[in-house]
Amino acid sequence: MVTKEMKSHLDIALERWEEETLHPALRKRPERMPEFTTVSHHPVKRLYTPLDIADMDYERDIGFPGEYPFTRGVYPTMYRGRLWTMRQFAGFGTAFDTNRRFKYLLEQGQTGLSVAFDLPTLMGVDSDDPAAAGEVGKCGVAISSLEDMEVLFDGIPLDQVTTSMTINAPASVIFAMYLVVAEKQGADWKKISGTIQNDILKEYIAQKEWIYPPHPSMRLVVDSIIFCTREVPRWHPISISGYHIREAGSTALQELAFTLRDGIEYVQAVVDAGLDVDAFAPRLSFFFNSHNDFFEEIAKFRAARRVWAKVMRERFGAKDPRSWMCRFHTQTAGCSLTAQQPYNNVVRTAIQALAAVLGGTQSLHTNSLDEALALPTEQAAQLALRTQQIIAYESGVTNTIDPLAGSYFVETLTNEMERGCWDYFEKIDAMGGMIAAIERGFPQREIQEASYRYQQAVERGEKIIVGVNKFVVEEEEEIPILYIDDSVAETQRERLRQLRARRDNAKVERTLAALKEAARGTENTMPYILECVRAYATLGEICNALKEVFGTYQEPTF
Amino acid sequence: MAERKIRVLIAKPGLDGHDRGAKVIARALRDAGMEVIYTGLRQTPEQIVQAALQEDVDCIGLSILSGAHMVLVPQVMKLLHEKGLDHILVVVGGIIPDEDVPKLKQVGVAEVFPPGTLLDDIIRFIREHVRQRA
Repeated sequence: MVTKEMKSHLDIALERWEEETLHPALRKRPERMPEFTTVSHHPVKRLYTPLDIADMDYERDIGFPGEYPFTRGVYPTMYRGRLWTMRQFAGFGTAFDTNRRFKYLLEQGQTGLSVAFDLPTLMGVDSDDPAAAGEVGKCGVAISSLEDMEVLFDGIPLDQVTTSMTINAPASVIFAMYLVVAEKQGADWKKISGTIQNDILKEYIAQKEWIYPPHPSMRLVVDSIIFCTREVPRWHPISISGYHIREAGSTALQELAFTLRDGIEYVQAVVDAGLDVDAFAPRLSFFFNSHNDFFEEIAKFRAARRVWAKVMRERFGAKDPRSWMCRFHTQTAGCSLTAQQPYNNVVRTAIQALAAVLGGTQSLHTNSLDEALALPTEQAAQLALRTQQIIAYESGVTNTIDPLAGSYFVETLTNEMERGCWDYFEKIDAMGGMIAAIERGFPQREIQEASYRYQQAVERGEKIIVGVNKFVVEEEEEIPILYIDDSVAETQRERLRQLRARRDNAKVERTLAALKEAARGTENTMPYILECVRAYATLGEICNALKEVFGTYQEPTF
Repeated sequence: MAERKIRVLIAKPGLDGHDRGAKVIARALRDAGMEVIYTGLRQTPEQIVQAALQEDVDCIGLSILSGAHMVLVPQVMKLLHEKGLDHILVVVGGIIPDEDVPKLKQVGVAEVFPPGTLLDDIIRFIREHVRQRA
């Protein structure tokens, strides 16, 4: 973007500035710190100039929105055409409780649903299992059977909303339940739309909610992608997620690189199963974190699109431009929220949300101010949604596309992010791919190192957390907290008892036996899981049947 | 004879897999010169108490972020008492609403460390209180 002549002229000008203006100023007042870094410890220079992006080619590296390499956005008009989807993650207590919250959020102008499940559900454990003690309905909604799912979406027509479901190890079972509810509502599978997270690799890397070992888990993911491609074509069968990697303490670069490398692993697995890459790649979606470091986050989102476009076109030879697009959901960083002075979290979330919007996200969840303490109250959740609405309707940032393009700093950071990704890909490819890397503990160790380094920087006061290691107050203001009482577990136990007594148990046994048989072979497991669900087999029963065939997983120690 | 190193068991009871905090604490306590045993994920109260007994620890650190603390922590405390392990210092870290802190202390938890607690404060607390109990 800079000619040779301009470059040498600028070189001289920069030197002159340093000598005549900068150095005298530094002698008078040195800078506040010897080194400035992002929240991810990435070094940041004092000043960026056209020299930093001298090698860039506008058309090749930045280009136009809606066109390869999509640095400026996946759509030609971006938010001028349609705003991002405001999708607040919600779920607690019983399906009845969450159904009421969903209806409230829809009335408040939310444009998509997003289901948070409780831990037993995430682990494929029924609410009445002893292992679920104390956890039923706490971190999300308790769903143990089709019956719970019917209640969850009661009065919400599934062909008129889009639903995102955050579930991984038992994703196929929960997805099957959703499909059967749609079927019972008379909604056409060809028309319903939404996303199921279904990203098991990041579970082994970061969030650690797995059931089976990596290889059979990958098979379930591949089965559901293939099934979706054929039967539920508007659905996003996977949301390849960096969010949890970041929450586990990774850097921004690690979040991006491990997520996109997970993406490569899934695409390769589905291609290996015989599907043409362009048959399914347009329905892949991503999910990123938006943390405190404003420009680093924006650079991460921009780099995500460019790297993924190159991966899909060059590594996989995808020809459909839709296969090259990295479309993503963003959530503000839960791990950046503080229990101390919780109202400060509103400000953090607003800045993070703004970064996601300037980064070109397709949908967004903003965290509530009370989430370092508990699940959000209705008031806190409303304020979080309003934060998005203020950015969308008042700030003016949606008027033009990718407004930070051409910033010497943002473009440099974007380039550095991209380079960092290629380096990580090379390392992981050399290990034999992501599953092999996970089995060696590579991404896990990288994240642990980064999170420990960050914590030490906080301890030493090198990184400041307002209200925690600086500007601390002694007497904290109390804020209202949402409590989930233990009657949820009791209600669930009773509902399950009645269900097990009422349903056709012989049919349940038959469908479970057929699923096990399919799991032992190579057939697609989805149709068998659907049959189990239709017979009202519970989540736990279905997952246990698969456990008998696939076994369980113990994390390697490192 | 050299003074015995403080032995700490770091455990994650319940179904939650978010182990960032547990692992950071384990490493910080190790760096502070303690012997640390990390149980790994998804341990039942029985497994935790059994490990504490076998490893002869001075302190148990329970990490819970899932809201299940009022069920899981009292179970651990009860089992410790039944095995005659009341001398073990028990501390809890994670997402614990203020309201629950006195209830946890009532069943014998020595301290609760909310998000944002500095590692040095945790290290100091464990050193001082293990010494007092010795």
